[in-house]
Amino acid sequence: MNFYPNDDKSSVKLNEDKNSIKLEVKNIKKSFEGILVIENVSLYLKNKEFVTILGLSGSGKSTIFNIISGLMIPDEGEIIIDGEDYTGKTGRVSYMYQKDLLLPWKNIIDNVALPLVIKGINKKDSRKEVEPYFEIFGLKGYEKKYPHQLSGGMRQRAAFLRTYMFSRDIMLLDEPFGGLDAITRSRIHYWLMEVLEKLETSVLFITHDIEEAIFLSNRIYILSDKPAKVIDEIIIDIPRPRTKDVTTSVRFNEFKKHILNIMDRLY
Amino acid sequence: MRKLQNTEGSKDREANEKPGNWKVNFNKNANMIKQTVDKSISMVFLILLLILWQIISSVGSIPKYILPSPLDVGITFVKVLPDLKDHLLTTLWEAIVGIVISIIVSFVLAVLMDSIAFFKKAIYPILILSQTIPIIALAPLFIIWFGFGLIPKILVVTLVCFFPIVVSFVDGMDSVDSDLLNLMKSMKASKLMVFRHIKLPAAIVSFFSGLRIAMTYSVMGAVIGEWLGGEKGLGVYMMRVKHSYSLDKFFAAIIVIVVLSMLLFKLISLIEYFCMPWKKVKAR
Ligand SMILES: Nc1ncnc2c1ncn2[C@@H]1O[C@H](COP(=O)(O)OP(=O)(O)O)[C@@H](O)[C@H]1O
Ligand SMILES: [Mg+2]
Repeated sequence: MNFYPNDDKSSVKLNEDKNSIKLEVKNIKKSFEGILVIENVSLYLKNKEFVTILGLSGSGKSTIFNIISGLMIPDEGEIIIDGEDYTGKTGRVSYMYQKDLLLPWKNIIDNVALPLVIKGINKKDSRKEVEPYFEIFGLKGYEKKYPHQLSGGMRQRAAFLRTYMFSRDIMLLDEPFGGLDAITRSRIHYWLMEVLEKLETSVLFITHDIEEAIFLSNRIYILSDKPAKVIDEIIIDIPRPRTKDVTTSVRFNEFKKHILNIMDRLY
Repeated sequence: MRKLQNTEGSKDREANEKPGNWKVNFNKNANMIKQTVDKSISMVFLILLLILWQIISSVGSIPKYILPSPLDVGITFVKVLPDLKDHLLTTLWEAIVGIVISIIVSFVLAVLMDSIAFFKKAIYPILILSQTIPIIALAPLFIIWFGFGLIPKILVVTLVCFFPIVVSFVDGMDSVDSDLLNLMKSMKASKLMVFRHIKLPAAIVSFFSGLRIAMTYSVMGAVIGEWLGGEKGLGVYMMRVKHSYSLDKFFAAIIVIVVLSMLLFKLISLIEYFCMPWKKVKAR
């Protein structure tokens, strides 16, 4: 059985647009106070692709995102988005954290519209622009509620919509469901799977949860422990959209076993 | 139970919001009863104290100019209330002007401290140090410098109220989650946007808790200022009746001060309630 990118046959079928690279991370390095955290990381994200970076806590995953989003400048290497150099430049990709970071003093629609307001669109127009998405994102009826009136799962949905409103083609999600309980978390996985089918977005996702990674991803990069480097790349060729049943399938568990074996070698 | 309610999805949410949910209603009622009982306990205790005071002052035959009985104070209170009106308005005016000045100065200082790190390092320790200066000791100086008019009283109020307000502003701005600031930065939000949508609302939330404390200090500050001399005000009145040993009038003035402070406190809570619509709606 083959887990690895078999470049010719699988990718030939995909059309030109689907194959185009949205984001490329090229040989980035980063140290903090003389301690090397990112040794040499290169990765790419294709159009409409869902790619996960899987790694242990403290391995440097968030640092990679901080560099991609432009919040941090790498010591070496570059970030290429749509063929242009975006190293150290903010304002291009959207970023979602584990914390929902919704503003308690704004209702959900104004929270979601905040990225548009920041871009300079006035309040009324930005509300109008985000409104249709509430249906697609399963948030209909919650527009006028305040964050503290929502459950953890619904808040993360709202945070995801806000993230989408900032950049609709590239989204960085840093362990966005890490704070949810197990049941809520699997529900939100099915939800995300459904929503993504309706959007034209590329997602780079961080997690340390293997099952979450397999269920959601087209491709997984496995990161070494600190200092971070990519030690493996796995294509998850289970057809999409995936449903609940996928998680109990033989194929799913083969992937799980394979990845567990690789992760075990990290110690 | 709690955990199950926390799971996302709209089904259990709706169940929670239904008015007929007896468990929620029951808890609400139980809470209200408990609050009422708690309040009554202190009321009953207060009344017992007053009765004790009444007994001591009438049985122990303490002269009225040393300790008037609560009944005497009550009768006097009703009698002198019309005379107190002008004094009360003066004190109220000093308190409010002092508070407004404190708010404006605090706001400007807090914004400067938030935007210029050096400024904060220079000013903040001095602010805290200034709190160790006994204001009562400063008040006579103000009289020397500014005379017996309103200014020295307003100054005392400002000095007393300024600190809790400025601290609440600064703490509010500091309390903003650094991840949230990073998120804004990743969106390339301007400083003004961050201030308007994040720092300012956060500051206002904590500002009200500071303001409530300041409000209760403000009347006291004005009265202290008035003790040292002036034409009008509750403090001036208190000094006058003290000199003529009319302690019942003195106590009547104290009642007025207590009631006034409490009303101002309530007023702030009311303003707070209308300024923060998101606090009106109950949590899930
Ligand atoms: N701004 C920083 N300054 C110093 N050290 C940092 C900073 N950011 C991250 N680190 C260090 O880099 C390592 C990786 O952190 P992080 O990227 O947050 O890991 P992960 O997201 O995989 O858990 C950690 O050991 C952390 O202490
Ligand atoms: Mg992290």
